[in-house]
Amino acid sequence: MRSMTVTRGGMLTTVQDLGRWGHQHLGVPVAGPMDWYSHRLANRLVGNSEDAAALEITLVGPELTPSADVTCAIAGASFEVTCDGAPVTVNASFVARRGVPVKFRSRVRGARAALAVKGGFSVTPVLGSRATSLISRMGPFGGRALAPGDVLGIGSDDGAGSSAGRPLPLPEGGARLRVMPGPHQSRFTEDAVRLLHDARFTVTPDSNRMGYRLDGAVLARTDQVEMLSDATPIGSIQVPPSGLPILLMADRQTTGGYPKIATVITADLPLAGQLAPGDWIEFAPCTRETAIEALRHREAALSGVTR
Amino acid sequence: MDPVTIIAAGDAALVVELPQRVDPEISARLVQMAEALRQSAGGVIRDAVVGYCTLTVYFDPLRVDASWLAAEILNLAREDPPDACEQGATIEVPVCYGGELGPDLVDVARVCGCSEEEVVRLHSEVTYRVYVVGFVPGFAYMGVVDDRLALPRRTSPRTKVPAGSVAIAAGQTGIYPIETPGGWHLLGRTPIRPFDPGRPEPVLFRPGDRVRFRAIDRRTFDQLGLA
Repeated sequence: MRSMTVTRGGMLTTVQDLGRWGHQHLGVPVAGPMDWYSHRLANRLVGNSEDAAALEITLVGPELTPSADVTCAIAGASFEVTCDGAPVTVNASFVARRGVPVKFRSRVRGARAALAVKGGFSVTPVLGSRATSLISRMGPFGGRALAPGDVLGIGSDDGAGSSAGRPLPLPEGGARLRVMPGPHQSRFTEDAVRLLHDARFTVTPDSNRMGYRLDGAVLARTDQVEMLSDATPIGSIQVPPSGLPILLMADRQTTGGYPKIATVITADLPLAGQLAPGDWIEFAPCTRETAIEALRHREAALSGVTR
Repeated sequence: MDPVTIIAAGDAALVVELPQRVDPEISARLVQMAEALRQSAGGVIRDAVVGYCTLTVYFDPLRVDASWLAAEILNLAREDPPDACEQGATIEVPVCYGGELGPDLVDVARVCGCSEEEVVRLHSEVTYRVYVVGFVPGFAYMGVVDDRLALPRRTSPRTKVPAGSVAIAAGQTGIYPIETPGGWHLLGRTPIRPFDPGRPEPVLFRPGDRVRFRAIDRRTFDQLGLA
């Protein structure tokens, strides 16, 4: 089988597909990409189905050596990438030659890149998915990040060969994310709701694929009654007793016991996924109608259909 | 019957809310709604997660109209509530209490003002209900623990709790399916595995199941563990 060998792991490189859906009621996290848009775009660029397994590359990229000529595409965060000394064009497919390492060098913008190979990475699914869940140690390679010496088989996924659209507009230093109120906004003071929308938060270093711990404003509750555990959708802004919010991301737990003041809309999750510690976030309120319209725009951009 | 409220959790999830209390009847209604929804709308919903007093339904917002789904859920909520004691499976869990496998048994007994034997008796004579499965794959939040064993979580969580540890905190009991950090009080350990992705049914416990703990000695624990 054709393969790619990891010669340098990078800071945090994981295999992801669109997530392990359908098992959250058993406590199994969804995982999947932090930036769903770029994952799907990278797969489209090489003609895979959008759900094919690709790599998510975080802040410091890896070095990968193919065993045969392989068609690849990189989307999402922009890195300087070289192959045999020559720069690789991102957001387009390219052929990585047998034995010649694909080297990720300095990061230019954004936090996470997706690397897809034509045929998809062939790893054994766990509960129907090839996504890596670091918190539950589930998925390829025992649910851990890739390390030097790991060999990634390349499959024969021959997707629909769907068209590929524009890259995600990458945030520069921060992003304004649209949120829908709730589910627990009524448990917060009016001041807290105002602060959520007026304050500028910072992604702290204590942030990872599970969630971003934010600094910037303390969001006070109207009561301190302990909540009974319930489900924790991606994009939830949960507020622990400290009042400093946590934005729940791809590898979140399935349930939690903190109230959630608002939820980032699906269309803006890819922007959140491109943020790094030190970047700012502002939360802008929006309606369901706006959220759906924004998602339609995102989908149109992804498929290259102009609207 | 308590009325249900439906609220949005972003554009891709709806939350069905019942009154905030730990109540087998509330839990039974939520489990029933989740199952009915998987039957009637399984093709369009992505997940249905039961909490203590909530059911969160995940969907693709481009394929599913939220108001249609809310109406569907309200319809299902009108069904007669099930008998909470008839729901789910009954599962017996062997536990070796105390010693190195249950390092907090001594402290729990001291704080609760009873003997270690009394703690084991109080913990193992109740039939618990699984209210929620979450935190990590296969972790079942079960209740309700006898008031005499009511303890908050440990002030400083352990960084590593061994798989199979049987623990209590905040009126609940549970079994750690994998080694993980944890803040509950460890009373003992079971050789059974609540989660094994290699099994045809990877997760042993589901919301609505009833669970009883049975005390076993160290030799039985070791033998069962080898089986």
